[in-house]
Amino acid sequence: MKKVRVIARLDVKGPNVIKGVHLECLRVVGRPGELAEKYYVSGADELIYMDIVASLYGRENLLGIVNEASDRIFIPFTVGGGIRTVDNIKEFLKAGADKVAINTAATKNPELIREAARMFGSQCIVVSIEAKKIGDGRWEAYTDNGREKTGLDVIEWAEKVEDMGAGEILLTSIDMEGTKKGFDLGLIREVSKNISIPLIASGGAGNIYHVGDCITKGKIDAVAVASVLHYNLLTIKEIKEHLSSQGIPVRKI
Amino acid sequence: MKINVTKAPDVSIIDYGINNLKSVSKAFEKIGRTYRIIDEPDDVFSAQSLILPGIGAFGDGMNALREKGLIEPIRQRIREGTPILGICLGMQMLFTESEEFGLHRGLDLIPGRVVPFKQPDEVNIKGYKIPHMGWNELNKPGPDDNGLKWVNTLLENTVEGTDVYFVHSFYPIPENREEVIATTVYGNQEFCSVAVKNNITGTQFHPEKSGEAGLNMLKEFCKINKI
Repeated sequence: MKKVRVIARLDVKGPNVIKGVHLECLRVVGRPGELAEKYYVSGADELIYMDIVASLYGRENLLGIVNEASDRIFIPFTVGGGIRTVDNIKEFLKAGADKVAINTAATKNPELIREAARMFGSQCIVVSIEAKKIGDGRWEAYTDNGREKTGLDVIEWAEKVEDMGAGEILLTSIDMEGTKKGFDLGLIREVSKNISIPLIASGGAGNIYHVGDCITKGKIDAVAVASVLHYNLLTIKEIKEHLSSQGIPVRKI
Repeated sequence: MKINVTKAPDVSIIDYGINNLKSVSKAFEKIGRTYRIIDEPDDVFSAQSLILPGIGAFGDGMNALREKGLIEPIRQRIREGTPILGICLGMQMLFTESEEFGLHRGLDLIPGRVVPFKQPDEVNIKGYKIPHMGWNELNKPGPDDNGLKWVNTLLENTVEGTDVYFVHSFYPIPENREEVIATTVYGNQEFCSVAVKNNITGTQFHPEKSGEAGLNMLKEFCKINKI
């Protein structure tokens, strides 16, 4: 039986891992290499690096971070931020990333998803969707860390990226992100109901019950956590022990 | 560290163009072994041990090995007893043939065939998807192995039920059951996740992405093969 994945998410800006609320009000919480190793050692099943300014200022910084991660962590990791072309994807995979996450480039040119999936395999193409609630049961997809509207309906967009060959969706709730008030379960349920590829829920975890609920009520098999780890509110071990106690299969540490 | 000296480093990692070599290289570095990346027949002949990583389609992988003239050198060295570790597609290529996109001939070092997982509509289990991707458990095969199956293999110090990281849509079926060292179950299909035949080891999962447990297996592989 496959295991539910607990993923540590590191949002990076320049040389630092940062954390904000609603993807804003950023605070430095550490260095990418050190935090990655800490979460690797403590039992994270995967890591996600998101460079929150890369789509504005280039990818060199992120490549350096990926190279360092390859030296220090021996679990799968995904990298996103500023990836626009299949050549960019190749660059990151060659540097040791297992998967890449694309957002802005995919919304502007959905064909990129198809092309990338054909070249590298669906399993390494993650589409990142930033969702903001705009009404009852309706969410709009954003890009650039919640700065730019796309006009795309999140549910329709999620279905489309699956059709185009995405292997996974990273779904971040802008409304809940960094609040530690729990996940947007309505959003997660709606998206997971309409797609069959794995969905990683991100944004809002503040305690172990949030994480457990997200998996059981959201009917998903992967969850990304950030603030609770960065601020030492929870450890991966505590999260996994709680999930285990709820009968959710997790990788043993 | 990557070195180029007359005596070959501990492991020689075969580059045939389509595989991700970074993670494998770094994993060996982490466990204190020297490595080099090779893609020439001469380097195969001077290698102390060979690592065949891999990702992608079987036919493409074999074609790439053929174009670089590596098939016969690898086969010859393995027959002479050089240790080899095949990972993922690299493991599959150790077998006789594969059904991936038509029938393709493999390195034929372990008799057996590589076959696809059942499609989701044939299995009808919620959450069952192809590829099989994620963490899953290693089990000892069959009731008749006396619990000794993992002794003197890369799993010697591994606890049964350890989770390792998989990404694949096909798996090998060795002809000889005793070459199945570990099995894993996905979508009610039990498949061979580790095969060992003398100096030949294959893992369907990625030890270089399986955390400390995976690094320990690489260490053990080096130890039992006196690398």
